[in-house]
Parts: sequence; structure tokens; C-alpha cells
Amino acid sequence: MSAFNAIGEERDIDREEFTAGNEPQPTWCPGCGDFGVLKALKQALPEVGRTPEEVLTVTGIGCSGKLNSYLDTYGFHTIHGRSLPVARAAKLANDGLEVIAAGGDGDGYGIGGNHFMHTARENHDMTYIVFNNEVFGLTKGQTSPTSPKGHKSKTTPHGNAKSPIRPLSLGLTSGATYIARTAAVNPNQAKEIIAEAIEHDGFAHIDFLTQCPTWNKDARQYVPYVDVQESDDYDFDITDREEAQDMMFEAENALHEGTVLTGRFFVDERPSYQEQKKDLGEMPREPLAERYFDDDAEWERSYDLLDRHK
Amino acid sequence: MSDNELIWRIAGGSGDGIDSTSQTFAKVLMRSGLDVFTHRHYPSRIRGGHTYVEIRAAGHEVQSRGDGYNFLLALGDSFARNPQEDAYYGNEEVKPLSENLDDLREGGIIVYDTGLISEEDVEDLNLEERAEENDWHVFPMDLRSLAREHGREVMRNTAGVGVTAALLGMDLDPFVEAMEDSKMSGDVLQANLDIFQEANDIVHEEFEFTHDLRIPEGEHEEEQALLSGSNAIAYGSIDAGCRFIAGYPMTPWTDVFTIMSQHLPDMGGISEQVEDEIAAAALAVGASHAGAKAMSGSSGGGFALMSEPLGLAEMTETPIVLLESMRAGPSTGMPTKPEQADLEFVLYTSQGDSSRVVFAPGNVEEAYEQTRLAFHIAYEYQIPAIIIYDQKLSGENTNVPVSFFDREPEPGLGSTLTEDELAEAAHDASGKFERFQHDPDTTDNGVSPRSLPGQSGGRYLATGNEHTPTGHICEDADNRVFQMERRLQKLESIREELEEEHESNQTFFGDESADYGIITWGSSQGAVEEAVERLNDAGSSVKGLGVSDMMPFPENEITEFIESVDEVMVVEMNATAQFRGHIQKELGRYGEKLTSLLKYNGNPFEPAEIVESYELRIEDSDEEPTAQVHIEPAAGD
Repeated sequence: MSAFNAIGEERDIDREEFTAGNEPQPTWCPGCGDFGVLKALKQALPEVGRTPEEVLTVTGIGCSGKLNSYLDTYGFHTIHGRSLPVARAAKLANDGLEVIAAGGDGDGYGIGGNHFMHTARENHDMTYIVFNNEVFGLTKGQTSPTSPKGHKSKTTPHGNAKSPIRPLSLGLTSGATYIARTAAVNPNQAKEIIAEAIEHDGFAHIDFLTQCPTWNKDARQYVPYVDVQESDDYDFDITDREEAQDMMFEAENALHEGTVLTGRFFVDERPSYQEQKKDLGEMPREPLAERYFDDDAEWERSYDLLDRHK
Repeated sequence: MSDNELIWRIAGGSGDGIDSTSQTFAKVLMRSGLDVFTHRHYPSRIRGGHTYVEIRAAGHEVQSRGDGYNFLLALGDSFARNPQEDAYYGNEEVKPLSENLDDLREGGIIVYDTGLISEEDVEDLNLEERAEENDWHVFPMDLRSLAREHGREVMRNTAGVGVTAALLGMDLDPFVEAMEDSKMSGDVLQANLDIFQEANDIVHEEFEFTHDLRIPEGEHEEEQALLSGSNAIAYGSIDAGCRFIAGYPMTPWTDVFTIMSQHLPDMGGISEQVEDEIAAAALAVGASHAGAKAMSGSSGGGFALMSEPLGLAEMTETPIVLLESMRAGPSTGMPTKPEQADLEFVLYTSQGDSSRVVFAPGNVEEAYEQTRLAFHIAYEYQIPAIIIYDQKLSGENTNVPVSFFDREPEPGLGSTLTEDELAEAAHDASGKFERFQHDPDTTDNGVSPRSLPGQSGGRYLATGNEHTPTGHICEDADNRVFQMERRLQKLESIREELEEEHESNQTFFGDESADYGIITWGSSQGAVEEAVERLNDAGSSVKGLGVSDMMPFPENEITEFIESVDEVMVVEMNATAQFRGHIQKELGRYGEKLTSLLKYNGNPFEPAEIVESYELRIEDSDEEPTAQVHIEPAAGD
């Protein structure tokens, strides 16, 4: 018998269940792209049969970090850049949970860049949504790791000398096994991509373009966008690493030339970290968290380890 | 200093097998009924460099490395760099002999390997003259050739142990048994046995026994196990039901991480080596949040990176246990040398008012007890609990009765609700669980029970921001004050529980009626305890207190102790008297009553240093101690 009966519950799920009842409306600015992520998640989660209490949404700090204030699941609003290590440990302790991590581009590609690289490398079975608005929003518009070269802000008054991070390429090089880019202005595609990412067994990385109408007016609304799967102009195999890399490179360049290329860029079916760890005998088959509620569980004692010390 | 004790020092280079040889020898001594205590001294390099292990063995209880030593086995450094004397590292080949002479007691024995240490070098040391002055008994022997003859050069260790056994008049069978118990394969085992026997024979054939030192006699009433502080911390964690550890290698914390990583997978647990210590502590938070008993840890530099997740655990009230295995700082400092200089850092690091539990165990047994207690407190009170220890306790081995570990595990998750309990618990109008209630009627000890993700009826938001009962981010002044006071109340409740429901973590020793007191904390306890015993045996009247509860601070016990004496000497391994400062901060007084004895040269205290410093204080002497320690007088003194 499970101690976690919200997990795996089979029933009809209304998307309104994911709307927090008592919480005031989101505090994001009117026209903020973050609304797009929230809406897409509320649509995608019931579609893939996840109930609010089997989902753990782990966020970082910034406007994006408020996501789980407005998405009514179990939530953990962590610290700047640290959503991934918290999220992946929760998944290791109880892999019945559907774990979704989210944060901004500064959070994921800047301060948390090391965690991003390693969580992707290890291929933890979870979804990571990076709200990419190419700017630090909540702290009032400073240049971020994805800001274009030449970007002017109060911390770069003469323009940014740095080239932006290539988020999709970084995800690929690091080892993510599902990589997509979508945009808040593209709700149907966003919902589909999130649903696919949740269903994917491994680290799914979504670079989600979320326009910041207050601090990044240059980016406009990320329109017009092009879906690389639908457009006849692009033809590449998302399971082919080299072709995916070329397409990512092109999409990353194009963004700063005003062409918004979105869609799926890479899918790989290598086993998730959790599966590999279980196969090696480094992780229990039954969720670790269940054991603490199992009255019949037998707990090993150090007393039985003492032979080597006698 | 007791005459009836052996302090055997085996010296060589890192990579010469000093550690494993000394482990085997310590076990033989323990099995023969002696109490043992080991001390490791090694440099931060893989091969070569001045390394030694000391094993103290006596027929009575031993609580520290003791004073100096009386048997040197100088193997020579087979990885020595720069044999030239003017080289930066000096002449490393001879260091196992030359570096160790100053601490050797009168009447002591020296065995050195002429296969590696040249006669010329020995002449340069004036060894003969010094031996005569100090009544040292010198036994040169070509251990290297002996090892080569029967096996491989690295087996010089075994030859050296064979010589030791012969000179001390020890029964050989226990050595043979210990070698047979080890993991050596057939040929290697046979070679070692041959080398051991022949070394023994040569001693009896060629050497004249001019020395008085012999193996002490002793007997144990029950079976003993030889464990280090790191073993004890790992075993305390296992018995507390900890099945999740995350970490990043760093000396000396790596010991616990390694022991846990070897055992947890076989126990249905999980060990994660991750990209950095921020991640390591964040993983412990994440795993605990989802319902595992979780730990992480590091040494100073790595623990600095844990400040962020530590604060997050305090604010989100996520139970975790962290370890901080101190080494000499600041910055990279001296990676393989002990110090107790991270106390203030561990007590207060991370932004905002800290609310955490910090225990500093004084020896191997306390390390086990207090680690278990740390898990109990962390999970009952939803608070981070930290074990602060050091390179010394981490690596020192001592014998503990096997029966000490024969007890029930405690794998409960503390104040965590089941789904049935959640159904009865408070929820807001929208169905969110009130995980952070601040109504004093329901949370009188400050604890508001938690749910776990995946449980029906338990959803809430955990956040590092200030928050309402259901976890929503909130900056309302009243809510802030309620939540802050409730979180701080937990520390008060813990203080009460520690006082009323547990045996004290503080260790009192010495003469109860004394009017001079010595206070210490953490792993310096053993040396202080022996010093106090020695002083009282010699006619002084001194009492001692080893403190483990760093936070919450045991106000009553320490006030009572200080009030009962005229002067207190606070003994600790750092340069700025951190624990003395902590006492003054917590008690708000006693500055004029607390003198400090400080040591920060990278070596732990020896009892004689404490004895000497006490005597200088008592005589009101202006003289400096002869040892490399510093007396810092009380305020106004």
C-alpha cells in the first residue's frame, strides 16, 4: 500500500484544479510572457493525466519563480539558480512524482549554469522550463546571459560586449535528451511541447521565450514565429545529433536577427538517470520515500557492519 | 604520562602503505586487550612527503594521542623528491627519521630502514650523540632488501612491524591472524608472512636488547571494535535511518562520504556525488522535502558553498543533517591538518537570523550518539542540524565495545503526517494544507507538522520567502512576526528537550570541588581530560568540561561550571578564541574570568601542553609555554 495516494490516481482532471483558489491574481506585468507558461502548463498537465498532488513544481528566483504560487501543485520555490538540484533530489527520493523545474534565463543559464549542465548530463527524468526573456526582469532590466551583444542596460551603459549563451546548443552538448523552444505567443505549440516534455523519460529542456513587455521592449512579442517542424524551409532529423546541432545554431543566430524559430530540436531515447542508477543497483526499485511509511520495512543496523572493525 | 604505554610512530611517505599497516597493527594491539588511540599526520599530496601514524596503546583508557612517543619505525620515503639538502622540500629520504626525533621520549626505540636511509644522512643527524644523550636505543636494519627478497619493496612495512613485534616481546600469532584476515591474496599473504617471520628472527639473532620498553599488558571485559570518528558518524547516520547522502569530495569530510557511499546502495539508499557543494546541500534539501532522511556535508571551503541551501532549509523548515569536518584555514589553509576555527562560521553562516542545531562531538562514541541525535532533532523540529568536527576526530581510530552499537534503529520521519492524519489537519478554503501554522495553541513547541509531495490532501508551497500558513509569499508584518517567533521557538523547545529528555552531551570530569576549571569543545576533549587527570594525580585541584552543544547553547550547565570556579581556561584549536567568544555572547558575561589556551600550528593538543600552560597560569608567570601554543589572558588581566 502506498503512502502517496495522489500518485498514479486515475480520474478526470479539470484544468481549473491547477488554479490556486485563495491566491490573488499573478503579479506579473500585463502582457508578460510568463502567463503563457502558466496557461500552457494548466492545459498540458490534465492532458497527460497528472493530478495537482502528484506534481512537484520547483522554481528558482525571479518573476518566473512565482510560477508555483499560481500553479496549484505541490511547490518548492527555492533560491536563485538552485531549482535543479532540489528538483532532481526530490525525484530520486520519490520517482513517482512528476517533477517540473522552472526558472529564468539568468537562473538557469547564469547562476545555475553548472547545475543545468550536470542535470542535463545525468539525464534526470524531469522537465525543465527556462523562461527566456533575454533580460533580468525582477531586478529591473539588467543584461542577462541571453541578452544580445550590444544590449544596453544600467549595468552595461555602453552596451554588452558579451555574446549570448546558446541555450539549445548548451542543452545538447550537456546531454539533455529532449530539447525544444517555444514561445508564449504560441500557446498551442507550447502546450504540446510541455506535454511531450512531461511524457519524455529523461531530462527535457524547454527554452521558453517569454516576452518582457517592461524591460525588454526590443524583443517585441517574439512574433512572427516559425515552427521548424511545420515550415517547409527547414528539414532536419531531430534524432540526429549533428543535424540538430546545425538547426539549433541557426535558430540561436536567427533570434537576434528577428526570426523566431521554435519547435522540437532534439530527441534521444537513452535511459534516464533513475533507470540507469536502478540497473546498477545504486537506487532502490521502490521509491525510497515509501519505505519510511512501511511498518514491515527492515532497517539495517551498523551493529551488523562491525566485523571489519573487530 | 604513563610509563606503561606504547606510542608507536610509523613514518614514511604518502603512498608507502603507512595507513593500512598501522590499521593492522592497531587491531592486533586492541585484540591483545589494550586500549588504542591513533593519530594521523599527513601532507596534501598523493605520493611522498612527511607522513606518520601514531598508535598509542595501554592497559588503561586512552583518550588522546598522548605526549610525544616512544617507538619510531622510520621507513624512509620511497617517493622522496629532491634528495638535495638545499631543495625546497629538503632531503625527503631521511625525513621519516630526521623529522621525528624531537618528539621521541627518553629511553625510546628507533628502528630505521637502511635500505632507504643512507649511513651518510644518519651521520649528518648526529644520531649517535643524540641517542646517547636521550638513552635512545637504535636498531638499523635493511628492511627494503628483506622485503625485496621475499616479495615486493612495499612490504617493508611488514618487515618493520616484524621488528617492532620482536623488540617489544610480542606474541606473533595475533599478527599472523590479522594478516590472514586481511584481503591479501595467496602469494602476497605468504610473502608478507615470510617477511614478518624473518624480520623477527633477525632481531633475535642480531640485536642486543638494551631497551626497557615492552608491550604493555591489558585485558578487555568485552569484545571491542576499532573505529574512527568518520565511521561513527556514518554509523550513527545509518542507524538513524539516513538513506540519502549527497556530496563532493573534500578532505577530511570525504571519509564519511566514502563510508556512506559504500553502504547505502546495499541498504536501499542513495548516494550522489554531484557538481559542487551548493548542489550537494540542495540535494539533501530536495530529498528530505520529498520524504527521505537526508544528509550532506563538507569541510570549510565546501561548507561555505552550502550557506545558501542551509538558509533555505531553515526558512522552509526542511529537516537535514550537515557535516562540517574542519581543517586548518583560512581559504585552502592546510588541507590535511586539524583546526577548530570554523565554529563562528558554522553557527552563523547564511543570511538572516540563524536557526540551526550544532553539535561538536568530543570523541568517537559521542560522534555516533550525537549524529543519531542530530537526525532525531532535525526531523522532529524540521530544522537543519550540523555536526561540526575536524580532521583529528575524522581520522583517529579508537576501540569501542561492540555492544555499544547493539541498539534499535530510529528511522522515523519525525513530525511528518500520514495521509490519514492529513485528512484531519487544517486546510484553507481552497483546500491547501496549512503546513506553516503559527497559532500558538496548535504549535506550542514551534513545530507545524509537514506533508510530503504525492500525499493526498497535503499540497502547499515551500518557499525561501516569508510565507503564510499555506506557504504563500507574504510580507505582512504580523504574519512575519508570528512566523519568525515560531521558528525561533523551535530552538527553545530543543534546548528544553536536550535538558530534560536526554543525557547531557557535555562531559564533566576532574575534581568536583576544584576552584580552577578547564573548558574545551569538540575533539580537544580527550587531551584536556587526560591533562586534568594528570594534574589531579599530581596534587592540583582542577575540574574540566567538554562541551558539545554549540547551539542551542547549554546555558545552565556552563553557567554553573563557571560560577563554581575562580578562573577558567578555555582550550581550543584556533587563533582567535572563538569558543570563548561564543560563551561570552551566549551568557553575556564572564569576559574577566575566561583565559584562553590556543593552538593553531596544525597539530592537535597533547596533554602535557595543557598541563604546562595551566601551571604557568597558576604561578602567574610571564613565561611563554615551551610548546607552540598561546595563552590569551582574560579581559582586563
